[in-house]
Amino acid sequence: MSEASPEAQPRTPTARREALHFALRNRKLVVGTIIIGVFLVAAVFGPMTIDHKPTDYVGPPMTPPSSEFWFGTTTFGQDVFAQFLYGLRSTFLVGALGGVLAAAVGMVVGFVAGYRGGWVDELLNMLTNIVLVLPALVVLLIVNAYLGVRSIGVQALFIGLTSWPWAARAIRAQTFSLRSRDFVDLARLSGVRTPKIILREIAPNMSSYLFLTFILLFGSAILIAASLDFIGLGPTDSVSLGLMLNNAARWSALQLGMWWWFIPPGAGITAIVGALYVMNVGLDEVFNPKLREM
Amino acid sequence: MMLKLDGVSKVYRVGAFGGRELKAVSDVSFEVGEGEVVSLIGESGSGKSTIGRMILRLASISSGTITFDGRDITSIKDRKEYYRQVQGVFQDPFSCYNPVFRADRVFSMIKEQYFPRVGADEWRKRVAAALESVRLDPGNVLGKYPHQLSGGQLQRMLIARAVLLDIRLLVADEIISMLDASTRIDVLNLLADLRARGLGILFVTHDLSLGNYVSDRTVVLRHGKIVEMGRTDLVFGNPVHPYTRSLLASVPRLHTKWADVATGDDVPCAYHEAPRDSRTRPGLAEVEAGHWVACAGCAASGIEEKKIKEKA
Repeated sequence: MSEASPEAQPRTPTARREALHFALRNRKLVVGTIIIGVFLVAAVFGPMTIDHKPTDYVGPPMTPPSSEFWFGTTTFGQDVFAQFLYGLRSTFLVGALGGVLAAAVGMVVGFVAGYRGGWVDELLNMLTNIVLVLPALVVLLIVNAYLGVRSIGVQALFIGLTSWPWAARAIRAQTFSLRSRDFVDLARLSGVRTPKIILREIAPNMSSYLFLTFILLFGSAILIAASLDFIGLGPTDSVSLGLMLNNAARWSALQLGMWWWFIPPGAGITAIVGALYVMNVGLDEVFNPKLREM
Repeated sequence: MMLKLDGVSKVYRVGAFGGRELKAVSDVSFEVGEGEVVSLIGESGSGKSTIGRMILRLASISSGTITFDGRDITSIKDRKEYYRQVQGVFQDPFSCYNPVFRADRVFSMIKEQYFPRVGADEWRKRVAAALESVRLDPGNVLGKYPHQLSGGQLQRMLIARAVLLDIRLLVADEIISMLDASTRIDVLNLLADLRARGLGILFVTHDLSLGNYVSDRTVVLRHGKIVEMGRTDLVFGNPVHPYTRSLLASVPRLHTKWADVATGDDVPCAYHEAPRDSRTRPGLAEVEAGHWVACAGCAASGIEEKKIKEKA
């Protein structure tokens, strides 16, 4: 709510309460949120409970999970559980930063191109297409390899700047079909300004879609980061789930039967991305009254 | 005159690279005065809705001017000031509401934009009064989602929204056509109430009987051009243009079988038959006081046009 709408105050809480009412009764949303929540708590607070660095050699090498080392140790005696917690943290960080950046760029480009039309649309569309046909992973490889940028922030920045185009295209198409609807005309007749029309008339109609976009971008940022890490272009100053997989592969964990080294990071990535998808389906049902079953 | 259209045209660029031009509205001039209902009649694609959208500044004007109280509407920088006096109601009430929100959001939008200082209680009273003036029970419609309300209720809420603003001109674009026959007359009578308050109404319709029922003056459009205009009783009582005649003849009537309806084909062109000094508007001849007609061939296809010119 902007400052110009003090009178909308009494309305907003009821609308929010209603959304909450449906949200709490949607099993998909609840399950997805719980999974993400558990991982998020582990990522935020987990590393605080560990008094050594994830790369420290703290135990006997190659031990399977035990009460001392919950996820066992690596070939070098590093604590896999500690690496997992730190890895979760960087995974969420790169997903959130990269996803938010890509979603922000994609939404701005998509909304403006779709609503304005004309030469603005042509120009933005051209830009979108150019970035779209760039082989993003190759560019990331080159950038990472040559610039030697090896921090999570820079990784997220490059992921964000290369993965927005399809989101922009999809949002542009949706905006295009929504802007000719009568309620947009009615808002214009009510003297509402363009940014507000986009935010409060058009965007709410595709809110679940925008969330889906964000989730997909969040998930794909995690996956792209994991691929980069896996081929050895990950951050050098920290641990990530992809880097763990990279190390596990490099030291033949699979062949040596050290399943505790690669299963946690692999399952972690899968669970996070999967839970985000399930959450989205649930949220779609909450936001869209037509999909509600009760 | 409150609203005046002067030589208004709308050209769309069509084709793959915008190479061809489509003239949706060409050279249309008419006026709407205070407390006057003017109906704009035409078939689909005659440009009547485009004219409404240009008056509402939802579509740009290709050439010509639209003036409101003597001011060119494109020169009014503050759109809000203009929309405070001129409002529109559209054909499809269902698509006028954002399906995600409650229907009464159309009122809170007005409050937010135009009356931010009015207290919540005072505003609630005003909304209730506006709803009662369109014969809706506030308790029945407030707080509901659009899909829980009927088309007639939604359409009347949109009229109530316009009433809240104390407007002077209402562009009613086919507002009856999506309604049930039983609710039509209520909405029509509402328009009569509004006119009694001094509102000017531009009633866009394809339905001749509706136009005849509500309006003081009638403008008949075909292919974006005016073919006949004037006082409703004159246009409907003594249609001069062959197109208007065929329109009137095509209204189904009681006691008349389909086959009996005669089509008056060989009518001389009233525009060219009328004396030259009666051509008081561009392209229109005044056949009687307050009744103008265009050339019979002008709005028709090329061949017909030639034939009629040869005759004249």
